[in-house]
Amino acid sequence: MKKIQTDIIVIGAGPGGMAAALKAHEMGVKNILLVDRLPEPGGILQQCIHNGFGLQKFHKDLTGPEYADEYIKKLKGSNIKVLLQTMAIEISKYNRVILSNKVDGLIEVCAKAIILAMGCRERTRQQVSIPGTRPSGIFTAGVAQRFMNIEGYLPGKEVVVVGSGDIGLIMARRMTLEGAKVHAVTELLPYPGGLTRNIVQCLNDYDIPLYLRHNVIEIYGKDRVTGVKIASVGEKGSPLQKTFEVPCDTLLFSVGLIPENELSRMVPLDINPITGGPYIDDNYQTSRQGVFICGNAAFVNDLADYVSIEGEIAGESAAKFAGGNYPNDTRIPTVAGQNVRFVTPNFILRADCATLYIRVKYPMTDVRITSTNNMIHIVKQIVKPSEMIEIKLDAEMLKKIKTLKEFRIDVGPE
Amino acid sequence: MSDQNNLPAGRQAERKFTCIMCPLGCAVTVKADDSGNIFEIIGSRCLKGEKYIRDEFSAPKRVLTSTVAIEGAKFDRLPVRTSDFIPKDRMFDCMKEIGKIRVKAPIKLGDKVIENILGLGVDVVVTRDLD
Repeated sequence: MKKIQTDIIVIGAGPGGMAAALKAHEMGVKNILLVDRLPEPGGILQQCIHNGFGLQKFHKDLTGPEYADEYIKKLKGSNIKVLLQTMAIEISKYNRVILSNKVDGLIEVCAKAIILAMGCRERTRQQVSIPGTRPSGIFTAGVAQRFMNIEGYLPGKEVVVVGSGDIGLIMARRMTLEGAKVHAVTELLPYPGGLTRNIVQCLNDYDIPLYLRHNVIEIYGKDRVTGVKIASVGEKGSPLQKTFEVPCDTLLFSVGLIPENELSRMVPLDINPITGGPYIDDNYQTSRQGVFICGNAAFVNDLADYVSIEGEIAGESAAKFAGGNYPNDTRIPTVAGQNVRFVTPNFILRADCATLYIRVKYPMTDVRITSTNNMIHIVKQIVKPSEMIEIKLDAEMLKKIKTLKEFRIDVGPE
Repeated sequence: MSDQNNLPAGRQAERKFTCIMCPLGCAVTVKADDSGNIFEIIGSRCLKGEKYIRDEFSAPKRVLTSTVAIEGAKFDRLPVRTSDFIPKDRMFDCMKEIGKIRVKAPIKLGDKVIENILGLGVDVVVTRDLD
């Protein structure tokens, strides 16, 4: 087996992995290896041809490929080694990474630090248990996006979208513009899963109906989808008697994303059942020393911009670890309180500054976000599960937090 | 916005919008007369939002993104965008024009594939390098 020694290996060359590798490079790390299974860097950004990227990070309204290009150009100008069409298949308990590709076969990488940036996967029909036949014409929204935007196939002409996640909304518009008719978008919950701007610009702009508190309860068709049965749902998600049928030839699922952590489980890292990603501290180090993680592999983010920001923190931390000057301070756990589904990172360690992200369980108006010892105190007119809330902590706050047993965040009425 | 006594005598139109200037997502109703003169905006809570709603009412604009056919590249489709906003009601007309384009690899990010599309004063440009 071919063996490679390196300072840092980054697994995944999407918006997180590229930002992490470049930050570590900027910190002066000499040997960095960035691997990706696709034939080019950029990850899923390359199929996200719509605009709306980069508003936070670059203060520009970019498309996915343009956002990726900002990093790809910098990668080309650096001496970061990029290994493409290469799959990371194993991480041993001694932090050895096994790669596989057509040219070298198996490669064993011995790195001082590992950065995981595998992104996430889409939930499928099977994971939301929709009964009916199994004809062709059923796709996840992201797969349909790849077929259309990269490979050049229109997946169908008469469409129903299950779930109101952002990719489903984006694809409803994309398929409409290419001449398909989107008959319905259904959402089990009483509020949409995607961003408001996507509801307005992808559905309302094209008069595509959004059925909240509705679900597809049956799929018809033998060889190809011929239609679906849609039902209104009750308080606890149970289907009610009110149903209607919609003929269609295509069904897209946009029912949530799951952090991709097959490799993390091999390490093994402790996985947070709420986010589906490993427990992390505010340097984005996992439960294993020297193993860092960023982006949607850690927890599903709203924006690629956040993913890159986390990648930079992971890259900086990994650089310090590889250089042997990693801080070893006390770690204070963060706790999700009232109406908080999760707080991430799970531990506070840093002394200079840190950013926490929280996601609420349900929408709420006129809220006050508070913490242990009332150290934070944020008033907001509205909070929604589809929009993460950023909480910045400065050095003074971090110093106080270090004296606590835990740092709890609550979202309650004002 | 205006006081109730000044309502024009002619026919009135009412249109509903969701503001997207911030996460609040205000539900806004615009009342206007036949010729499109706004005389009341209800439900908007800030000036930025009100400006957005006025634009959405009178001349909504969007960036259009799509793909064109490319020959000799590793993929069959090349992503493109309009270099600036176009009127929302011209989206499908522009899609038709974009659908006619075929390009050859290699091509660079920023290259124009259509100049001044339909006389709108906006170009259609490539959004990635592809070879």
